[in-house]
Amino acid sequence: MTEITASRQSLLLPDARTRSRNAAEKRFRVYGMIAIGLAVLALCVLLVSIVSNGAGAFQQTFITLDVAFPEDKLDKNGNRDPAEMAKVTTFGYAPLIKSAINARIQAEGIEIEGLKKPERMISKEAAAQLRNFVLSNPEVIGETRRFEVLASGRVDGYFKGRVTAESAKRDKNISPEHLVLADALKNAGALETRFNWKFVTWPDASENRPEASGLGVAILGSFYMMLVVLVLALPIGVAASIYLEEFAPKNRFTDLIEVNISNLAAVPSIVFGILGLAIFINFAGLPQSAPIVGGLVLTLMTLPRIIIPSRAALAAVPPSIREAALGVGASRMQTVFHHVLPLAAPGILTGLIIGLGQALGETAPLLLIGMVAFVREYPDAPPEGLFDPATALPVQIFNFTQRADPAFVERASGAIIVLLIFLLITNSVAIYLRRRFERRW
Amino acid sequence: MPLYWLVLIILVIAALGYVLGRSRALRQAGGNQRLLHSLPSFYGWNVALTVMTPAFGLLVLWLLVQPIWIERSVSATLPESAVAEGSSRDLVMSDVRRIAGGLGTLGVEVDQITDTDGLADLRSALGAVGVAIGSDIQLGVLHAAESYRQKTSDLQTYMWIAVILAGLGGFAVAYLVTDKDFRARNSVERGILIVLIAAASIAILTTLGIVLSMLFETRNFFAAHPWQDFFLGTDWAPDFRGGSELAILPLLWGTLYISLIALLVAVPIGLFAAIYLSEYAGGKLRAVAKPAIEILAGIPTIVYGLFALITIGPLLRDYFALPMGLGESSSSVATAGLVMGIMLIPFVSSLSDDIINAVPQTLRDGSYGLGATQSETIRQVVIPAALPGIVGAILLAASRAIGETMIVVLGAGAAAAQFDRGLGHLVNPFEAMTTVTVKIVSQLTGDTDFASPETLVAFALGLTLFVITLALNILALWIVRRYREQYE
Repeated sequence: MTEITASRQSLLLPDARTRSRNAAEKRFRVYGMIAIGLAVLALCVLLVSIVSNGAGAFQQTFITLDVAFPEDKLDKNGNRDPAEMAKVTTFGYAPLIKSAINARIQAEGIEIEGLKKPERMISKEAAAQLRNFVLSNPEVIGETRRFEVLASGRVDGYFKGRVTAESAKRDKNISPEHLVLADALKNAGALETRFNWKFVTWPDASENRPEASGLGVAILGSFYMMLVVLVLALPIGVAASIYLEEFAPKNRFTDLIEVNISNLAAVPSIVFGILGLAIFINFAGLPQSAPIVGGLVLTLMTLPRIIIPSRAALAAVPPSIREAALGVGASRMQTVFHHVLPLAAPGILTGLIIGLGQALGETAPLLLIGMVAFVREYPDAPPEGLFDPATALPVQIFNFTQRADPAFVERASGAIIVLLIFLLITNSVAIYLRRRFERRW
Repeated sequence: MPLYWLVLIILVIAALGYVLGRSRALRQAGGNQRLLHSLPSFYGWNVALTVMTPAFGLLVLWLLVQPIWIERSVSATLPESAVAEGSSRDLVMSDVRRIAGGLGTLGVEVDQITDTDGLADLRSALGAVGVAIGSDIQLGVLHAAESYRQKTSDLQTYMWIAVILAGLGGFAVAYLVTDKDFRARNSVERGILIVLIAAASIAILTTLGIVLSMLFETRNFFAAHPWQDFFLGTDWAPDFRGGSELAILPLLWGTLYISLIALLVAVPIGLFAAIYLSEYAGGKLRAVAKPAIEILAGIPTIVYGLFALITIGPLLRDYFALPMGLGESSSSVATAGLVMGIMLIPFVSSLSDDIINAVPQTLRDGSYGLGATQSETIRQVVIPAALPGIVGAILLAASRAIGETMIVVLGAGAAAAQFDRGLGHLVNPFEAMTTVTVKIVSQLTGDTDFASPETLVAFALGLTLFVITLALNILALWIVRRYREQYE
């Protein structure tokens, strides 16, 4: 009989080696969970940071004023000749605003010690706004009209918590007294902060008037570029994938194309910008900052990213479909265009939309072809508008980040929210199409 | 007349050709479709395509060649005296082009302008239509401009005639060969196949365009700046007044250092996330976590750039760099590297996920059968089997990191690494350090002069970047192909 030694443990209790192996197992799982946690955390921090910084861009502070339009200042000869009236520059309109806000302060009975230059609370854009209004409505001269003008970026920042009495002391553009006045005007109902659609529709504004800057030109420019990409990349991409998937013989030329496509998909985007600058602008002489050049560059960049999913979609159509068509006498071309292509269309469309989404967010190549320019004019309708200067949404974001006024950080984050909303829409459409139409064979 | 009209005319001829070709074929067959070789619409398409191909081909060729030819011939007639001291023929030619454009709008008689007064009047008249000329116009330049304008408008007329004739010629040929035995389908399908091949060849043309455009300008750069200085020098100090130090090493150091940090963040997180998702996670977690990680891949890089600029940069500066006394800049290697790492997580994880899933279940079952735990199986069986693919994924991620632009433009700073400040400066992650891509952007934006080495260096940098990323991509593909296990 063998003796059962006392040191022998029960089989139900794990020994030291098993315990350490189980601990290692547990640790390994924890690493995995930490990794996923970190990735999701990064996503959340990113989104929260952008949204919390950018939500304010959609709110803007406005001041309501009664502006008088004296005839002796705006139309000395009194003949309402538009050419003569246009000679009064925005500097001629600044005094109107000054007197309007002083009148308003008196009317509300606000008295603040040490208040100087209350007109600094109003955006410099307001003078231009009044001038445009008068030039298009000459009949208001001699009258007084109620106007809603933008408050300056600092006053706006005060209501969004960016500017405080502390920081105003050190700021030459605004003083703590202005902030007291802003509160008083708000209580009197002359000043309000509300949702501002114009952030999306207005063009960009200069360095020192962040409150008037918007994304209108950039959105239009991006839209034009996407139009160019769609018109060029869809047919070319589909044609290339049909050739490679359905007709290409196995030879060196085909291999060369395939290697090129897979490499182009991995070439850094900035290299495409260099290509655009050298070929489209310096060699072909196309204008700088034009959506057509941006569209061409993005097309070349997006093509491989469209061809790869399109080929996958074509390859997923089972050979039986082709054989059936060929069997009833269709030519190979008819087989492809009548049967294979329609069945692959949802997959191709999904790839196209995702490719367009990537092109929409691309910035680096556009910097090199002059899209960073400051553009205030809306481009014309296509096709002429494709050659007009414009910016693009991601480049506009970059432009905002390069400016000194902290209000532009808020604008940049706000613009990113707009960009992300566009991307969300395109990607949801892609997912919907895939769910709705994709067939499993 | 604008070009659209010409295009429209050709399209109209083509449409007409379609109708006529189709009806001619039907007529020849006596209205009986069955006697035709192909379907009637193929006869129509055949005519339409034969109209459009030569016409549009000629149009595109003409538009490409015409400006070059006019430029050459006008530049040759430009007298040597018209090129002022300190100016170049190119600059004068750009004046010539602009004056020619202005003359077209003004419609003045150039022959009547002979003295300096007339030239001054012309200059102010040009200014009024938006053509501002920097210096006084010389008579030689004016005549060159007039001949430029004349040649352009003449050639424009010839082009219209030639293109329309080409279209009509195509129409005549195709219409006349149409009869009931003509193999129209084969002819049309051959045409379509050529279009398909042309579309596929654009990939080759693009690569060729990239390489040639950069090679050409790089050659100009090396003519103005010694290549030894570019590749072996240690200073980056561009100076537009001349005497710049343009060496790639400081930029390359910044690029590689930032990419290294990015990979140190992305590879462990991405790899462990992929392992957990494919081996451990239940359906619910997978359904939430996988799309969440993929969202990171869909976010544009400018968003990451802003995130680095306004959130991560100040965070790292206030909580790490300043307390440790390592630096006071919010844009730093660590900022850019960390954010780029976040960007690369989904890249590493989705590629690794695919590769891990491709390892056959039988290998795992064998390992479990021998008593291994799940993590032992993963570490000792699944990962070694998937290793070539994972290494390939990491190399692709590295090539992404090296070519990334917006994050480093906004997060890494503009100062190049300085080798003479010692190792402590070079390896300090909280130091601002610039990269190859940042310098490409800064040298090529704004006012650029394509004769100065300070601008041309961007092309040499771009070519280097292209070569490095290409090498990494090819290496990645080669590793995957060479070491991939083939499972049945």
